Parts: sequence; structure tokens; C-alpha cells
Amino acid sequence: MTDLRSGTPLVEMRNISIAFGGIRAVDGVSLDLYAGEVVGLLGHNGAGKSTLIKCLSGAYQADSGEFWIEGKKAQITSPRDSRNLNIETIYQTLALADNLDAASNLFLGRELTTRFGFLDDASMEAETRRIMAQLNPNFKKFKEPVSALSGGQRQSVAIARAVYFNARILIMDEPTAALGVHETEMVADLIKELKNQGLGIFLISHDTREMMDLCDRVAVMKNGQLIGNERVEDVTEDDILSMIIMGKNPKKQQN
Amino acid sequence: MTDTTEASDASAETKSGQQDLGLIGKFLKGTEIDTRLLGMFGALALIWFGFHIYGAVFNGFGAMLTPRNLWNLSVQTSSIGIMATGMVLVIVTRHIDLSVGALLGVTGMTMGIVQVEILPQYLGLGHPLIWIVTATIGILMGMTIGAFHGWLIAYRGIPAFIVTLGGLLVWRGAAFLANNGKTISPVDSTFQLLGGGPYGTIGATGSWVVGIIVCIAIVWMMVSSRRSRQRHGFAQRPIWGELTVGGTSCALVIGSVLLVNSYPWPRGIVNQYAAANNITVPPEGLFISHGFAIPVLILVVVGVLMTILVKRTRFGRNVFAIGGNPEAAELAGINVKWMTMRIFMLMGSLAGLAAVVASARLNSATNALGLLDELYVIAAAVIGGTSLAGGIGTIYGAILGALVMQSLQSGMVLIGFDTSVQQIVVGSVLVLAVYLDNLYRKNVK
Repeated sequence: MTDLRSGTPLVEMRNISIAFGGIRAVDGVSLDLYAGEVVGLLGHNGAGKSTLIKCLSGAYQADSGEFWIEGKKAQITSPRDSRNLNIETIYQTLALADNLDAASNLFLGRELTTRFGFLDDASMEAETRRIMAQLNPNFKKFKEPVSALSGGQRQSVAIARAVYFNARILIMDEPTAALGVHETEMVADLIKELKNQGLGIFLISHDTREMMDLCDRVAVMKNGQLIGNERVEDVTEDDILSMIIMGKNPKKQQN
Repeated sequence: MTDTTEASDASAETKSGQQDLGLIGKFLKGTEIDTRLLGMFGALALIWFGFHIYGAVFNGFGAMLTPRNLWNLSVQTSSIGIMATGMVLVIVTRHIDLSVGALLGVTGMTMGIVQVEILPQYLGLGHPLIWIVTATIGILMGMTIGAFHGWLIAYRGIPAFIVTLGGLLVWRGAAFLANNGKTISPVDSTFQLLGGGPYGTIGATGSWVVGIIVCIAIVWMMVSSRRSRQRHGFAQRPIWGELTVGGTSCALVIGSVLLVNSYPWPRGIVNQYAAANNITVPPEGLFISHGFAIPVLILVVVGVLMTILVKRTRFGRNVFAIGGNPEAAELAGINVKWMTMRIFMLMGSLAGLAAVVASARLNSATNALGLLDELYVIAAAVIGGTSLAGGIGTIYGAILGALVMQSLQSGMVLIGFDTSVQQIVVGSVLVLAVYLDNLYRKNVK
């Protein structure tokens, strides 16, 4: 097993904190991510996983702490900053404009234009068809607004949006929550493929088994704090569960 | 009839599981016509023929479907129609603008003062620059007030309902104070042309030129859209569908040219014009056509530009994204606050432009100019299919909505309904239209 954790990390979060009205949603969390690595974020609802990730994607602004992206200190104050740093996010809510079709959603905020500055809908649809043929060959509803799509189809639009723009860093917040067995498998395959292409992926999920399969490392949060950050080979499912539930890292206690 | 036979031929050729659609379904699928558009044309036809027949039966004269009335109707629709195109964007982004009528009032009043009391001092009475300076000031003023409203809404977090409700009172009051409630009349003679009237028209030849250019544009757009679909290998609209849509559109355009050209100048104006140009009027009178009124052309240009803005630019796409899911738009990197402010600036500019048309048409600026217009504008947008829940709406729908509202109003005036009855009818129609729209949306889903 090659050690992935060498060289400059893709992402380094140092002492990130954010509070909402006195509640410290994220409390001094430091976490890194290397190229070709999948890091799973685990924890109860309200543990601060999504909030931490939203600081990285620019949806929230951290109160304190630093982001270092590929060795450089980065200011992330809006989703635009994050996108410019090649960070793409698949949100739990999918963040789709329901009234628009798949192509419009895929290119939302980054629309292709003709040389006269007008929208190039035909190219956008063609590109959407191309990437969808890879991700979800069954996808046919290109003209309908995404409100008319099934949960899995909507999910694939959100995934397509994240992978289309050559992201270096991918954040996936419960990407399989709305999916059936077959589609979940497709997402798992996709994660493995992207990892092989050298992307760094933060994955949030409640499914410990799935995380053990997909991730290289798991980071467990509770009450806004990072409880453990362990290589998957070094822990058992029970260890992870006890970190999630008790907020104690059994590995650390043994040492 | 030919359409339907062609329809069955086409589907027989393709045989792609369209049997369950029925003839009407096939027709709609082939032509890609929005059923809502058909509904609006239906409503319009109902209103026009209804009032005409009512007039013919009960008053002995059907005045609704005369060239004169329809021409007037087109001019009356202009000011509301111009503002309704902007209201679409406001409502699509889940806001509302209750201040457009008051904005029209205050910009109209300001323009009245500028062109009658200020500019003639510097440029001289009747100077050809007066109208353009005045109109520019009016539009810029509307834009500035809109920017202020938009800033309060987007960057200070005050709901649009409250900001523009306050604006309704503030700017109506300001319109009164501007000239202490006195009416300014007449306005500059060139400026007046922007409001229509016999001289504010482009005549028969001009109307034909406009009509033919529009028809060529329609055909060109259809051909280029077809080419673009072909290039990317997307499904094509069947030829009979293209022909039906193109043919109907061009027929409507040519029909309206014929209509406005069949409305002659009144005798007094003809005599005045003849005297001024040394023409001898034959005893049977001269037939000089009105042609399209300038305000109608302004509305058409605004409609086309706004449609391009909405359909073909990133700005328009982002407007609809914000309306569909503001949070998603923000996460997609769209600057929602700045967009909101720009939308209200656009709305303000359009209210300024509508003030140009409205005050020019009345040949005066009064502090009551545009009173209750906000309600007609919102009603036009909503009747035209703009959803108050956000994310859905079209420019052509809003303009048609304005025409429907104005037709209703005009029809009731022609058959002699009281103002009070008119209000009751217009109010009820608005509520009914939204209810029907709800039913329509449920059925479509």
C-alpha cells in the first residue's frame, strides 16, 4: 500500500471554527486531504460535518482558521472563490434550480456563451448529453425541468455538475442518500474512478459500512469537534461507531 | 384543415408511439406551441367578440372590433405592457414591485418640468433635442430610484413588498410636490409623438416595411434554430409544424399591418395636414392611414430586447435560477444581491420609459399619472403566466396579459359600464385567472 499522505496536501484546514448564535457548530477542526485520497466525514446529525464542508465550499464563512489549497493560503468567502480553487461540491440538498432543465443546471453560473455573448444552449445541451452518457446512460429527460426528474436522475445532474468542470477537490455531502441500490453502486464506482484520476474527495455519509469500503481515511466529528482521524485499515467498524456515539477515540486510549 | 391532415400524415410516417396523443396533442407537440399561449389567445378572442356582439345586440353598434378601437387598444396597452415585461423579472425572482405606478408618476412629472420649464430656457422652445434629453432624464431617474429600492431590498434585507409599498406612497407624494399638484400641459411637440396620436404614427408605407422586416426576422429565427438543432443532432420540429407556426406568426403580423393601415386620420387632422403641406383635399376626402403608433413600436422593441435578455443571456438565465432556487443560485456562484439590485434598476428604467409614453399620450404631466398602474402591471404579468411562487414567466405572456387587461377595460368602456362595475370585473378576472392558472399547472404536472 503506497502512502498517499506525502507531499503537499490538496487541502489543509487549520483550526476552523464557526459559531451560530453561541453554538459552536465547528470548533477548532484541522483536517487535510491529499490527491487521490477519499476522506470520509462521519458523525451524528448536527455533529458539524456539513457545516465544516460548507466553510470549504464557501457557502459559510469560517469565523476563524485557515484554508491552504495546494500549498497556498486561500481566502474562501463565497462559493465563487471555492469554484475558482477547483473545489466542487455536491450538496445534500443537491442545490438544483427545479424550474430549469439539466443543461441549465449543469452550467449554472458558468454558462457557455457564443462569441456574441449570448447563451449557447445547443452546446450546453450537447455537452450535457455527452457527460450524462458517461455517468448515467439511462438519462433521457434533457428538455424537462429537473423538478420532473426522479431522485436518482436529479442526483446524477448534481454529480455531473461537480465532475464536469475538472475539479481537483470534490466534496460530496451524502451523495447516495436518495438513491437505490443500483445507483448507489454507480456512485461508488464513480468515486473510485475519480480517485484514480487523482482527485481528492471529502465524502459525508451515515453509512459506516459504505465508508469503510470507499474511504482511505475516516474523520469522526461530534459536537463540532474532531474526535478521530484514522486510516481505514487501522480501525474496525466498532471503533468508528464508538467514536460517533461516545465521542471517544479507542485508538488514542490504547496508546 | 390542411394542418390536421398534414399532422396525421407526419405521424403516420414517424409512427413513434404518438397514437395516444390524439389530433390536438399531435398538433401541439409538432408545433411546440405553449398551451397557455393558446389559452390567452382564446381569452382575447372571447373578450373581443363578446364585447363586439354585446355592443351590436344591445347598443345597436359593435364598436370593439373596429380598426379605430383596436388601434387605440394597441396604444393604451403600450405603457402597461412596457412595465409588465420588467415585472416578469421581478416576480420571477420572488419579489414584487408595488411602486411602478408612483414611479411613473414622479418621472412623468419630472420630465414635464424638464421639457416645459427648464430645457426651453437653454435650448429654445421646440428644439429638436428636447425630447431625447427629457426621455433620457426620465429613464435614468427611474433607474436611479429602482437602484435605491433594489439596494434596500438586496443589501439591507427589507422585503420588496415593504420597500415598494413605501415607495408607492413616497413617490406619489413626490409627484404632487414636484409641481404643487399643478398639471403641466402641453408637452414638447416632438416628445408628444412618442405617445401616438395621428402624427405619432409611421403611416402605411412605414407599417408595411416594419411588418415585412418582422416576418423576415421570424423566418430567419426559425431557420437558424433549425440549423442549430441539426448541427447538434437534436430532434427536429416536423416541417408541417414549422410551417404552421411560421405561417400563423407572419399572418398575424401582416393582419395587424392591414388593420392599422385601414384606420384613417380623422378629417380635421387631414385638413390641417393638407393645409400645412399645400395639398388640395378632394371633395370625397383623403384617406391617410395611421399605421403603427410609435408607442406600440416602442413596446415591440422592448418586448424583443427583454425576450433576448431573458432567453439568450446569462443575466436572464440567472434570473430564472434565482427564482427557482435562490440558495442554489448563490451556491452556483451567482451574486444574488447584485442581480436583485439590477433587476429593480431595470424595472425602474422601464417605468421611466412607460412614463415617457404615458405622458406623451396624454400630452400632459399630472400627479395622478399612472395611478393604480402597479396593479394592472402585476395583473398583466400574472395573467400572462408569471408565477408568484417564482421561477416561471414569459415576456410575451406579460405583454399579452396587458392586452387582455386593456381589452377588458376598453370593452367595458365601449358598452358603457360604470367605473365601479369595471373595477369589480377587473378584480374578479384577476383572481379567476390565477385560479385557472393553478388548475392548468396541476394538470400539466
